[in-house]
Amino acid sequence: MPEAKVEAVAATVWGGGTFPFAVGHKKLGMWLFLLSDSLTFCALLIGYSYVRVANPNWPTPFHLWPSIAMATLMTLILLSSSLTMVMAVTASQRGDRGGAARYLLLTILGGLAFIVLHANEWLGLIGEGVRLWENPWNVPLFGATFFALTGLHMLHVASGVVYLGVVAAGVRRGRMGHEDVEVSGLYWHFVDLVWMFIFPMVYLLSVSMK
Amino acid sequence: MAAHATVIEAPKGFVRKYIFSTDHKVIGIQYLFLAMFSVLVGMTLSVFMRLRLAWPAEKWPALQQLFPEGFAGGPMTPEFYLSMMTMHGTIMVFFVLTTAPLSAFGNYFLPIQIGARDMAFPVLNMLSFWVTLAALLVMMAALFATGGAPIAGWTAYAPLSAIGEVAGPGLGLGQTLWVISIAIFCVASLLTSLNFLATTINLRARGMSLMRMPLTVWAWFTTAILALLAFPVLLAGGILLLLDRVGGTSFFIPGGLVVSDQLIPHQGGSPLLWQHLFWFFGHPEVYIAILPGMGITSHILSTFARKPVFAYKAMVGAIFAIGFISYVVWGHHMFMSGMSPFSSMAFSITTLAVGVPSAIKTFNWLATLWGGKIRFTTPMLFALGFVSLFVTGGITGLLLAQPAIDIFLHDTYFVVAHFHLIMGVAAIFGIFAGIYYWFPKMFGRMMREGPGKVHFWLTLVGVYAIFMPMHFLGIAGAPRRYAELTEFQYLKPLESLQLFITVAAFLTIAGQFIFLFNFFVSLFRGKRAGVNPWESTSLEWIIPSPPPHDNFGETEPVVHHGPYEYSPPGEPKDYIMQTEPARQTA
Repeated sequence: MPEAKVEAVAATVWGGGTFPFAVGHKKLGMWLFLLSDSLTFCALLIGYSYVRVANPNWPTPFHLWPSIAMATLMTLILLSSSLTMVMAVTASQRGDRGGAARYLLLTILGGLAFIVLHANEWLGLIGEGVRLWENPWNVPLFGATFFALTGLHMLHVASGVVYLGVVAAGVRRGRMGHEDVEVSGLYWHFVDLVWMFIFPMVYLLSVSMK
Repeated sequence: MAAHATVIEAPKGFVRKYIFSTDHKVIGIQYLFLAMFSVLVGMTLSVFMRLRLAWPAEKWPALQQLFPEGFAGGPMTPEFYLSMMTMHGTIMVFFVLTTAPLSAFGNYFLPIQIGARDMAFPVLNMLSFWVTLAALLVMMAALFATGGAPIAGWTAYAPLSAIGEVAGPGLGLGQTLWVISIAIFCVASLLTSLNFLATTINLRARGMSLMRMPLTVWAWFTTAILALLAFPVLLAGGILLLLDRVGGTSFFIPGGLVVSDQLIPHQGGSPLLWQHLFWFFGHPEVYIAILPGMGITSHILSTFARKPVFAYKAMVGAIFAIGFISYVVWGHHMFMSGMSPFSSMAFSITTLAVGVPSAIKTFNWLATLWGGKIRFTTPMLFALGFVSLFVTGGITGLLLAQPAIDIFLHDTYFVVAHFHLIMGVAAIFGIFAGIYYWFPKMFGRMMREGPGKVHFWLTLVGVYAIFMPMHFLGIAGAPRRYAELTEFQYLKPLESLQLFITVAAFLTIAGQFIFLFNFFVSLFRGKRAGVNPWESTSLEWIIPSPPPHDNFGETEPVVHHGPYEYSPPGEPKDYIMQTEPARQTA
């Protein structure tokens, strides 16, 4: 492009063309997706709050042991996996592809551990007779909201594990770059953040004091 | 810029080029044809409704052959009427009013108008079309489902929509397919809106500053924000509704509900929760349908009045204000559903506030026309029609925004008239204006002006003849969603109005065939269009009609001007293309 033309453009209000927020497509796309997804979770959490407030006999069945202890452990694992995700992003920023892939693998392990513990939690509740449509405490919506909220979250964790696996393989083979790692990190931290709402609202508000 | 400058090879082979294409222009045309198919289906369903309303006892042997259940015993059953109403609303709102102005025109022209070669995510773009098509196919399956199409309305109000077949025919399989289709549509909408936003933010050409974007781009951009934030809430509602239907939950089903003499074995849920979730989506959805029409109207009024848009920045501000306010007004759909008077008052005030940016837009449209050298082309006529319908439909919104008046008018034909004029017909006029204006660019041929003008006048007079009388019906107390109004003694004097509306509707529909004929004949036989047949200024008018695969070829457009520099003083011609080198501004 001739120099003079560029000058003329620069003299105008704003040059355009460059990324105004210095954000690439992939990262911007992920942010927008997360914005949208956060509204889905918001709607579910508000729906949960709505029916919980509308039902005066809402059960509080979670004993400190094992439910709350296990949920706390799950929270700890998920938070730690966010830490390893940060390490992966830092490693890929340094250009350390092997390190990035290793830390991604650790993050995946954290996600898998979370899923296994959560599945165990589900099985425990199902063993107690909690279903989508009924439960021993006679407030059917307890199970419905519990399984809907944690189920959608678990779906996100599970897709995240697959997603991180693809990124880890891509980074190791050099098919994917730093931006891909960073973008997958955004997703993982978001899934983590959602859990930070579900844990207090679903578990801590339903602690059994007996 | 490096990635931007690489030459994109045109795909070879029919399938890659026209079917599984990642070219935003092909996808735009695919969306346009999807919407045209859907509008024909939706229109046919409205014909059924009008038949029932005008001649409730009449038997239709030919139709009985087609729908033995719907015409059991001769006349159309009330249930069949309700299913026609439900499917008409659903198909029109989702697959026509959301798809045509945003996905069709936005896909085709947003990248070109900002000087980009394609969308930011071409593959996601292709996926969004195919996911939309999947949603449409599932919806068509709902239309022909065993037991009939759903009868819960396009709003799918719970508990009617949540408890299954016991509540009526079509609420079994039909309603389940309906929910699934809507959930799929939510995903498609997410892909589309995400793509539009990333494209507008990241892919503008050099010099295309925000305040140099055409108002069409501003409208699509704002609409994409609305869609990005509204559809996920409907998705959440849809998931819960589906769980209620197939998972045995009772999110939206209260305890002790007796339907068709059966006690429904659910407890603890709230039908109001569905209404909150639905209308939190539903109200922004109304603006998703109308905002692109506003953008197209602004663009076309300026072009054919040969004047800059009056108060461009106020127009941008008004679009954003309307978009923002649309998120805090959903309660005005629920004045009748049980709501604290304090909430009603808050929602009433926010709703009335929409009138301010709407009035700014209307004022600016009129001021744009004032003193212009107006060229009455067909797209210009439709844009003017848009302004007319927007005012007529919008003014009744101010009446309905007040709870005391709404409580009387809410479940009457007055509301039917209001929303059809504002979000239905006005948006359709925006679509028609867009088709007549951009047809030369999309297909390289001109549409005929003569039939276009006949089409315009028939449609304008027709829609007013259909919807104006509905206001009177509503004020007289005619309830909406009823298959038959002959039972009401107090409506006897107005029976001839129903007949009048039906005749007007049939004439208007007949007028649409002039358009279809014009469209398809012009596609093959129309006069070849030049690069810039309308002497317009935005970027799509500097490239060939139809544009090549990579839009701008090897050159990158550089923008030096705002989008509406018409009739500048001291210039030889009465418009300055956005890409013409700057002269005075240096």
